[in-house]
Amino acid sequence: MAPILEARALSKRFGAVVAAANINAAIEDDSVVGLIGANGAGKTTFVNMITGYLKPDFGTVAFEGRDITALLPREVTRIGICRSFQIPQLYDSLTVRENLGIALGIVLRNSRTFAWARLPKRVPGHAGTLPEAAATMLERFGLTDHGDRLAGVLPEGIRKLLDIAMALVVKPKMLLLDEPTSGISSDEKFDIMDRVMNAVRADGVTVLFIEHDMDIVSRYAQRVMAFYEGRILADGVAATVLADEEVRRYVIGGPQVRLAEEAGNANA
Amino acid sequence: MNPRDRTLVTLVAALVVLLAVGALLPPWQFLATVALAKGCAVLGLMLLLRTGLVSFGQGLYFCLGAYSAGGLGQFLGVTDALVLLAAGCLVAAVVAVVLGFLLANYRNIFFAMLSLALSMILYGLLVKSQALGSTDGFNVAPPTLAGWALSGHDGRFFLYALACVVAFAGALTLDRYFKTPLGRLAAAIRDNELRVEYMGASVRQAIHVKYVIACALAGLGGALTGLTVGHIDPEMAYWTTSGEFVFVAILAGTGSVAAPFLGSVLFEIVRSVAYQHSPNTWQLALGTAMLLVIMFLPRGLWSIFATRGKVA
Repeated sequence: MAPILEARALSKRFGAVVAAANINAAIEDDSVVGLIGANGAGKTTFVNMITGYLKPDFGTVAFEGRDITALLPREVTRIGICRSFQIPQLYDSLTVRENLGIALGIVLRNSRTFAWARLPKRVPGHAGTLPEAAATMLERFGLTDHGDRLAGVLPEGIRKLLDIAMALVVKPKMLLLDEPTSGISSDEKFDIMDRVMNAVRADGVTVLFIEHDMDIVSRYAQRVMAFYEGRILADGVAATVLADEEVRRYVIGGPQVRLAEEAGNANA
Repeated sequence: MNPRDRTLVTLVAALVVLLAVGALLPPWQFLATVALAKGCAVLGLMLLLRTGLVSFGQGLYFCLGAYSAGGLGQFLGVTDALVLLAAGCLVAAVVAVVLGFLLANYRNIFFAMLSLALSMILYGLLVKSQALGSTDGFNVAPPTLAGWALSGHDGRFFLYALACVVAFAGALTLDRYFKTPLGRLAAAIRDNELRVEYMGASVRQAIHVKYVIACALAGLGGALTGLTVGHIDPEMAYWTTSGEFVFVAILAGTGSVAAPFLGSVLFEIVRSVAYQHSPNTWQLALGTAMLLVIMFLPRGLWSIFATRGKVA
């Protein structure tokens, strides 16, 4: 099967820092891929280059066979790639329902298929009119009770869910999640990931998620890509990558393990 | 009752009250007509404020609207008020489409100062233009409506009534606009531009459209002011005119499409009364009024009427 997304020789430098060094990756349709790596390893840069927020210095990104390297974030969104953010990007002075309403309004506007003629206006990809679609999204993410609260004052877990719900409003073919469980207490993490994955997998959406919690990664990812200093250190079936010695040493163990080992080597 | 109906009821009630007050108190007609005309410019400014942008240059379009309407009467002999208002609105909109390509790239203080600079360019051009009366400006021919002269006792009332209807139509149209997907983007852009782009909408394009609407309203207000006052001069493009719009917009609050008109009418009343009682220190009274509003009604005068925390 042809990959839905293909990155070829992606490279990006910020001054002396190499955020991406010749990254090649192909993502299969309808798969769930976890991106792991220490802070600064290049995971978010990779996501930013796919979504058009950053232009790579070299290399290309192709989505469904089409070169999307030069597209802007809104154009990337329109062809079916959406993302959530490590820090939720919401309309803080508006309610949860209004946040979703604005997102649905953009979808309605972008469709332009006799939008003026159809009454009541059905949102493309959703069953029903704009308020009905917003209610459905709230229910799907278990946010109904929070519908009329302002997004700016919600707990972090709820903000994360809303951020992801906003991305899914567009009905993307591919969803990129940047640390979906960071800032959330450990007993809430699985609940939130379950809600997200149930909502996403029901639509057969391809998911790429950046995550530091290896319990989350091993539970939800079919495939794992481990980043280290702008390179892909390992890429394959989740269990294999997570058991890989280099990955354990450079990615999962983090700097402490390395420093301890180096100290041990020096003593020897 | 859903909020849309409530706004409609409020606006219809306001229209009836304004027409009744104008009919009963002819001396107030002039002041109220000017206040409603300026209220149109403030209405447009409110749209920008809701988008998170402050324009200190709406005087540019206010003046353009007035000169377009006045010029048509002066040089081409057109006197029909509806044609003149449409012309003022249209010229302002066309200029805003062009300047919008530049301004839509800027935010915050840069947007405010650039818009101010553009309005001062028009001021400078008009002051240097002998054909248009330089600093003195020129008189506007008395307008007509379907062949009827809008002067004399009855005529002035009809001009006032026209201003009421224009203000009503402007407020209602903008209220409907705020309920469309594009209109809703105003608050979204103010809160988080990044998210708007990542939802697949163009922030630049949305700001451009809102700017054109705001400027068309300012042009409409300027044309109406020119017809009412019967004289126009470059002062309408001067930064103090634009500043006055910002002053009234903040005084009124952005809670409702009726707020700019309420604020504008109160502003003109306070200014007239203050000027009557202390011709040299009337600004002091205005400043005090502003200070009180900011301290006790931080969301503007309209928040008195907003019973709930949020008004659509």
